[in-house]
Amino acid sequence: MTHGVATSHAPPRPRSFLRRHVFSVDHKVIGRQYLDLALVAVVTGMVLSWIMRFHLGFPETPVPGLGKLAPTGAAGGVITPEFYLALMTMHGTIMVFFVLTTAPFAGFGNFFLPIHVGAEDMAFPRINMTSFWVTLLALLVLLSAFFVGDGPPLSGWTAYAPLSAVGKDAGPGQGVGQTLWAVSIAIFCVAQLLGSLNFIATTLDLRTKGMSLARLPFATWAWFITSVIGLVAFAVLMPACILLILDRVAGTSFFIPAGLVISDRLQPHAGGSPLLWQHLFWFFGHPEVYIAILPGFGIVSQILPVFARKPLLGPRVFITCLIAIAFLSYTVWGHHMFLSGMNPLSATLFSVPTLVITIPATIITLLWIGTLYGGRLRFTSASLFALGFVSVFVSGGISGFFLAQPSTDIYLHGTYFVVAHFHFVMGVAAMFGIFAGTYFWFPKMFGRMMNETLGKWHFWLTFIGVYCVFMPMHYLGLAGNVRRYSAFTDEYLQPLIPLHRFITVAALFTGAVQLIFLFNLIRSRVRGPKAPDNPWEATTLEWSTSSPPPHDNFGGRQPVVSHGPNEYGGVGARDYVMQADPQ
Amino acid sequence: MSTAVLPPSTNVPAARVVASDGGPRPSVAQTGVWIGIATISMSFAALTSALVVRQSSAPDWQHFPLPPLLYLNTVVLLVSSVTLEQSRRRQAVATLNATLVLGLLFLLGQILAWRQLAAQHLLLATGPRSAFFYLFTALHGLHVLGGLGGLLYVQRRLAGAALAPATFKAAAVYWHFMAVLWLYLLTLLTIRG
Repeated sequence: MTHGVATSHAPPRPRSFLRRHVFSVDHKVIGRQYLDLALVAVVTGMVLSWIMRFHLGFPETPVPGLGKLAPTGAAGGVITPEFYLALMTMHGTIMVFFVLTTAPFAGFGNFFLPIHVGAEDMAFPRINMTSFWVTLLALLVLLSAFFVGDGPPLSGWTAYAPLSAVGKDAGPGQGVGQTLWAVSIAIFCVAQLLGSLNFIATTLDLRTKGMSLARLPFATWAWFITSVIGLVAFAVLMPACILLILDRVAGTSFFIPAGLVISDRLQPHAGGSPLLWQHLFWFFGHPEVYIAILPGFGIVSQILPVFARKPLLGPRVFITCLIAIAFLSYTVWGHHMFLSGMNPLSATLFSVPTLVITIPATIITLLWIGTLYGGRLRFTSASLFALGFVSVFVSGGISGFFLAQPSTDIYLHGTYFVVAHFHFVMGVAAMFGIFAGTYFWFPKMFGRMMNETLGKWHFWLTFIGVYCVFMPMHYLGLAGNVRRYSAFTDEYLQPLIPLHRFITVAALFTGAVQLIFLFNLIRSRVRGPKAPDNPWEATTLEWSTSSPPPHDNFGGRQPVVSHGPNEYGGVGARDYVMQADPQ
Repeated sequence: MSTAVLPPSTNVPAARVVASDGGPRPSVAQTGVWIGIATISMSFAALTSALVVRQSSAPDWQHFPLPPLLYLNTVVLLVSSVTLEQSRRRQAVATLNATLVLGLLFLLGQILAWRQLAAQHLLLATGPRSAFFYLFTALHGLHVLGGLGGLLYVQRRLAGAALAPATFKAAAVYWHFMAVLWLYLLTLLTIRG
């Protein structure tokens, strides 16, 4: 158990059900709420991708039941090109913001960052609660776009102007739907800024006795750096969304140029710069990629040493690389805009840091592999997903080398090559981080173990599945298969249709496999065997307290930290030293 | 970065309130305010770059004199910073109340400046410069309103003699930042006339 000084600062646990489970200021409840929200969002986003994939594989076959759900977008169950774009926009927006940002960062971070630093709660518990409810509001505003006006917007998760700025002349969903999108994202920015503020203040100010920065667990380092990135990135996206909303509803012209004719109507705007939106958006958008993936870096770096029974190789190098990635992430946004008619010199200036940022990322990957070398590996669902993370991150990262260079990117940017790249490196990798974190921390969060057999089936089927879905997309892209099209009628694309069908089948299969995870999640919460305090023989503070932790995290005792998080591989009965062990 | 034991906050056991160098740690509230200031600065930096890009993207930048009332508002906001500092140093309620009144006067003055511009038919959608003017003043005004909320909290705690000096300091730092931010925005709107 925890060795530490007794304290009397535990805030009393509220008595009412609402205050305990709904409007709770307890960071553990809020963390679980974020994860539940992300679970709802990811199921929604996945179903949308199924509909898209089904249509791409079998363009003329009606999707059963869809005709009733979306009578305008999919009359008779066959979706229109516009509805395809609407599905794509909502899929991307939901996944990037409400899953990849919400689950690994806000969800796990909220639950474990305060425990990792040895605090009773976040620095600002009320602000913490507010940020969750604001996130939920943002999600509801976004989802409401399905039910009002002409449906969801069409302009993608990047909402490029002027398409996103001009209003309903630009197509169905570009009226109310697009406005709701911009409002939702602006609200989401508020939530993320409040959340990041809490993460940073907690890490800086609430560390317990002995918890120096060098002794912070790797996941907490990653959450800390992610929140610094988020603070800057969302502080730029929010004003960008405000400008977009003003262009849409107040008649300003920030992003809409003069003389624009859409649907045979001259738009009543003049002088705006569509490129300005791209710059503001990608100044947020590229760091956002790291907001999605760095928590995964942290989770994997926390998990691999536990299951390799070896310290993480080069812990200081790892943290230095995280910081380097954070800095560099602000210098590369232009690589998303090589097709925008940018001066070739500017393109080179953005290309160089993009290639440079692969250096710290590669070093981190090598540290992971070096950590495994000579380790006594224990294969659990958590460690398998952590290893899977390394695999898909490398697969997705390698295609990044091609996209970082304007000469090759100009050919590949509008194709499925890019779809393959960002789904591997950001989507699937981050999802694997979420899965690894779930299998690893579930016993601590709910006091029950998950089923390992189901977990391993889930891993292997998902691992094979995602490679079947996304690996062939590289080939599609090289063959010139354009992205964002709802159907491929050009003759040169016909030989590729069987491959699209294969991907569709693989995607439906991989999605169905997730039911194993859902079943395991729900069943283990009710029926799983009771979890001991430290089932994985890990070192960090969460494993020094009970499973699940008490309301004040450490049962009225403030832990005192005498060791780093990385002390594995000793000899004797216990091959590890816990952070809270006495000197 | 320091690897020393960093402890702090008002809400932790005695062993953790003093830093390794013996000095008091900044309060959590102060950390929060500095993070907030960094965020707000970043947002206005983004808007500044938007203004620069927008001004050069088309020859439709209007030239109009800013309402002179803005300079009076500026003085009011600066004086409110002085009264707040006096209140903070002496824990005085009277000067704090004066700060609150001056803060409200500033906001009122900004709204009057809007009305003066609107009377010249310079509205949000009239052109890019007026758009940025309304946007900057509105966003700054909202942040000032938040600052007033913070000062009201300080006033209540001060009256109940339950105010931590660090909390007062945090509110004061934010309020001074509002003055600095306004001077920056006024300068920007003037030189980009």
